[in-house]
Amino acid sequence: MELIDLTLIWIVIIGFGVFMYVFMDGFDLGVGILFPFAGSDEHRDVMMNSVAPVWDGNETWLILGGAGLLAAFPLIYAVFLPALYIGVFLMLAGLIFRGVAFEFRFKAEPHKRRRWDIAFFGGSLVAAFAQGAVVGAYIQGFEVEGFSYVGGAFDWLTPFTVMTGLGLVAGYTLLGATWLIMKTEGDLQTLAYRIAGRMVLAVLFVFLLVSLWTAVAHPHILERWLEHAAVLWIFPTLSLLAGVWLWRGLGRRAEGTPFIATLALFLLAYLGLLISMWPYAVPPHHTFWDAASSPDAQLFTLIGLLFVIPIILAYTAWTYWVFRGKVRIGEGYH
Amino acid sequence: MMELDPLLLSRIQFAFVVSFHAIFPVFTIGLASYIALLEGLLYRTGNPAYEQLSRFWTKVFAVVFGMGVVSGIVMSFQFGTNWSVFSYASANFLGPILAYEVVTAFFLEAVFLGVLLFGRDKVPRGTHLFAACMVALGTFISSFWILSANSWMQTPAGAELRDGIVHLTSWSEAIFNPSFVPRFFHVALASFLTGGFVVAGVSAWYLLKGKAPEASRKALQMCLIMLAIAAPAQLLVGDVHGLNTFKHQPAKVAAMEGVWETTDGAPLLLFAIPSQSQERNFLEIGIPNMASLILTHEWNGTVPGLKEWAPEDRPHMPIVFWSFRVMVGIGLLMIVIALWGAWLTWRDRLVESKRFLRLTSLMIPLPFVAVLAGWFVTEVGRQPWLAYGLIRTAEGLTPSLTGAMALFTLVGYVTVYAVVFIAGISFLVRIIRQGPDQTDLSEDHPGAHAKRPFSAADDKTMA
Repeated sequence: MELIDLTLIWIVIIGFGVFMYVFMDGFDLGVGILFPFAGSDEHRDVMMNSVAPVWDGNETWLILGGAGLLAAFPLIYAVFLPALYIGVFLMLAGLIFRGVAFEFRFKAEPHKRRRWDIAFFGGSLVAAFAQGAVVGAYIQGFEVEGFSYVGGAFDWLTPFTVMTGLGLVAGYTLLGATWLIMKTEGDLQTLAYRIAGRMVLAVLFVFLLVSLWTAVAHPHILERWLEHAAVLWIFPTLSLLAGVWLWRGLGRRAEGTPFIATLALFLLAYLGLLISMWPYAVPPHHTFWDAASSPDAQLFTLIGLLFVIPIILAYTAWTYWVFRGKVRIGEGYH
Repeated sequence: MMELDPLLLSRIQFAFVVSFHAIFPVFTIGLASYIALLEGLLYRTGNPAYEQLSRFWTKVFAVVFGMGVVSGIVMSFQFGTNWSVFSYASANFLGPILAYEVVTAFFLEAVFLGVLLFGRDKVPRGTHLFAACMVALGTFISSFWILSANSWMQTPAGAELRDGIVHLTSWSEAIFNPSFVPRFFHVALASFLTGGFVVAGVSAWYLLKGKAPEASRKALQMCLIMLAIAAPAQLLVGDVHGLNTFKHQPAKVAAMEGVWETTDGAPLLLFAIPSQSQERNFLEIGIPNMASLILTHEWNGTVPGLKEWAPEDRPHMPIVFWSFRVMVGIGLLMIVIALWGAWLTWRDRLVESKRFLRLTSLMIPLPFVAVLAGWFVTEVGRQPWLAYGLIRTAEGLTPSLTGAMALFTLVGYVTVYAVVFIAGISFLVRIIRQGPDQTDLSEDHPGAHAKRPFSAADDKTMA
């Protein structure tokens, strides 16, 4: 009997890392998706500048997640990536295009800026959709023999995963819009309020749809929900409350509340997903404990991470502090 | 109908993606140290020429570093998408090593790169120097982990295979596996040579054009002194690395030397056209007994031929043989240029020698070619193994991968990288054209600067 369950610690670490990524890259991808809706080039400048100092750090959580999975849960790494082969490529291509668009848009001659605007929007949209489809594919489960994925190239692309993909696009758009409410003013902020209002309804609708669909298509999850209904009722209830909180925040033109409420909504959905799927890492057969690497590999990596993660968090917080406040037209970071 | 082979396509894709990625860090590792040196000299002497140089090369660093980061993200997913069986089998070692690379390198870069790029006027001079040193240190820590992982695939140690899964028996033996130390120094020197020849080449070009003559002369002299030491040193380190390979991966050395039959007193081939299918060379020109002398330190020493290994266990000799000659040829050329330049510096005739300046500026692309050729030698020479003697390349492939899927992503990555590379290079050329004494980009969008690596390249306060 081991004194400490390393795998459990790693679930917490990876779970935290993935959430950090979803939440932080989520709002800057959302800003990218909102790009075409901006009324003018100045507004697009402000939108981009509101995330420019931080998006890079946000995306590093993705790399950390990738390397962390290989170190602690190699089975997840070795099944998800082959199963999502085409989707992973689309996501990476999207992230590359939107990443370089940050730089090249400001460098390009005026008549060539359009194409980097499109790259920023398109890259963000494709990456967001692909990530949403990953969530759907996780719920759906994977065809695995032994420790290898044996399904087809497009098993991940089903009506259900298209639904979750669009759902995450809506979710990121909401995050992006509430971020802009916090970081901008004037016409752009008004636009952000309007879009956020619509997105709340879209996101709550998708939540409901995905939940019902999951219950119908995956009876074992429904069974688990009913079995633990005494505790699990709290998730839909709290989600609804967060939705109302968000809605009222938008109604009284609050600047910070909508973003925080959206964050709460994301956190609830994320925890709800994990609890519904628990303890399966590669459903329907393999648990997190099946997917784990050897204890000494987990321990060796853990020592380094426990030392570094607090420093990364402190630095991240400091960066956000330095770049706090409103971003105005014609104002960049120097 | 032509059959699409997912194995071959995956190998081409990995070679393309990793080659594209490799050219950026090999330059930034050397350049980061150079910038740290400039900052140190500036701190001690206060000479504005050092500041001018440091500001200029930091701009170049920012662009190249940005492209390295973008292409690095793709790398962290390649193992899983195309080589999932290998990833799963080797995760107990490669997982922690790659995770350490991310957390240690990311931490240093994230904290100090911003200060280096944007903080010159915001933090005390000592802090800025410290940031430059930490960025340079970060690049070395990063290459430490990556080269440890790569070396382990060449010479696995401290591990055993149980049910097809790698389990560690000793972390220190695995990390400091037999080929790690020579490889690390070989690559570190290659980075210095790459950074040095680029800085020297650009400075020589500026001298020809009469741009920033004082700073350019200083930069060129600094580089030439360093190169006159590093280029010959690379010959020695390369020799040690070769002997290490001879001991642990003799099949690779047989391919490098073009030896098919086990030979006593093997010649050093200067030219040959090896044929993998006919198991022989055409048009051999060589120096008698030299290969034996270099490898065994004996006139008639025995060099095992590639035929000692079964055909399915052999690396592809023509690629290894020619890549090796390209690398060594460029290395020797570097030594000549570096020593010539050092002599000119000593006689104080550097600026007058137009021929030398022109030749030096033409050298800029060659170190990159040499580095890629070197990686081709060691990686193609490792075949048909992924982890030498443990896991074959064919066994490591993702089972669900079809030829069509692999072709789709191969074409996709080539397209995406072509766009990014062309845009990045044209931007780099613009910076270098402007030179160290120019101000900002005229066509730049006013007031629209973002605090990001690329943006440092045209930050008005920096030019």
